[in-house]
Amino acid sequence: MGAKTPLYEEHLAAGAKIVDFGGWDMPLHYGSQKEEHHAVRQAAGMFDVSHMTIVDLTGERVREFLRNLLANDVEKLQEPGKALYSAMLNEAGGVIDDLIVYFMDEEWFRLVVNAATRDKDLAWIRQHAEAFSVTVTEQTDRAMVAVQGPKARELAAACIDDEWREQALAMQPFFGMEAGDLFVARTGYTGEDGWEIVMPATRAAQIWKQFLAAGIAPCGLGARDTLRLEAAMNLYGSDMDEAVSPLEAGMGWTIAWEPTDRNFIGRGKLQEKKADPDRQRFVGLLLDDKGVLRNHQRVVVDGFGEGEITSGGFSPTIGRSIALARVPAGDYRQAQVDVRGKLLNVRIVPTPFVRNGKIKIEGEIK
Amino acid sequence: MSDLPGDLMYTSEHEWLRREDDGSVTVGITDHAQSALGDLVYVELPEVDQELESGGDMAVVESVKAASDVYAPISGTVLAVNEELGDDPEKINADPYGEGWIVRVQPAEAIDEGALLAPKDYQTLLDEEDA
Repeated sequence: MGAKTPLYEEHLAAGAKIVDFGGWDMPLHYGSQKEEHHAVRQAAGMFDVSHMTIVDLTGERVREFLRNLLANDVEKLQEPGKALYSAMLNEAGGVIDDLIVYFMDEEWFRLVVNAATRDKDLAWIRQHAEAFSVTVTEQTDRAMVAVQGPKARELAAACIDDEWREQALAMQPFFGMEAGDLFVARTGYTGEDGWEIVMPATRAAQIWKQFLAAGIAPCGLGARDTLRLEAAMNLYGSDMDEAVSPLEAGMGWTIAWEPTDRNFIGRGKLQEKKADPDRQRFVGLLLDDKGVLRNHQRVVVDGFGEGEITSGGFSPTIGRSIALARVPAGDYRQAQVDVRGKLLNVRIVPTPFVRNGKIKIEGEIK
Repeated sequence: MSDLPGDLMYTSEHEWLRREDDGSVTVGITDHAQSALGDLVYVELPEVDQELESGGDMAVVESVKAASDVYAPISGTVLAVNEELGDDPEKINADPYGEGWIVRVQPAEAIDEGALLAPKDYQTLLDEEDA
């Protein structure tokens, strides 16, 4: 038996199949993973993400601390509520975790980090916070629900008090705000519009039921994974970990190289990797043959070498299999994947595969 | 509670077998198996005329979650495969004992019923898995 979120009983009531996820008993699906996937692409779905870790950082030097801790630069965050996606690196330039940081005020930033990496993240943050006299406070007794899909905000808005609702609905993507005892952020992990809502654990069941009644479909970790794969959003532990450079995990866009005198943890090794001509590519694959791409399958690129699928699966939106893969350096557009001893043909395609309900792949999908 | 027709034979690998009037045997996966796999998205079928060896690879069923091998429950020759699964693998989810059949086999020898499970024995196996 693992840890249970404040919504565990609601999952059972909705017929969830429960699985272990990083020590938590979480819903895998509530009947059909594919239908949950389509609900998010076409209307609205909700995910219990209460297992994720919320950490508040406070102190006069908190901005300075985060400019040292994170590979992205919180100096980009000047407007209260603005959020930023970043890697947190070790000295070797490997990824300890990926996270979202919110600028609340000049002495308060909020981090949302992964559940499976909670302990090492907190230890790392605390270890480095001391020199900056920054206080690290994990938020507990909270639940977090992600409502995602083109209709999600409209259907979920009733949970926000009148006083805040209009402002919340007007909030731009990648911002968060406090709304009474809720924290509402226009963020997510599906490639669709929506909110992630942090709420007191005591209110979670009532709000979940309210969302159900509004027609928001409960969705499990299965749909969460196919949705994030279509959106080409990385999964920590699959696409990157402490042994992987963010530059070989499609995270180059999250590294703030300027200003050059900002000395964030891991910067030295990262610059060496940036200059390395043999640095691996991180690409999207579309399977042209029939079959399903899976994690760890071997990618064979004729004349260039071999790589590996880091996240593979079936795309319910496209109706074919897609994958994220780390592959050899070089300019090529075709490759093959070893699926149970057979070499199947894949195309290298730009990512995301799907965004806001639309397939982004150009060219014919057989 | 999964559906379990009384006129079929079963295996501990969650396959079902039905004897046809012409002496051939139709094979599929059980309702329990399709439910555990979830929405199926791809089925890799054997070739017609392929020789199967009992316990050897016969097909692969892939759901959004995972790939799962289907082993040949008996030795024999593949007479027919359910080509419709190529375009519509979810037939297995919708109708595992009917339109979701996978392979029809001409047995190489008399079927050893002692190596297979009667419906009540398969039910016992499911109960034990749940416990």
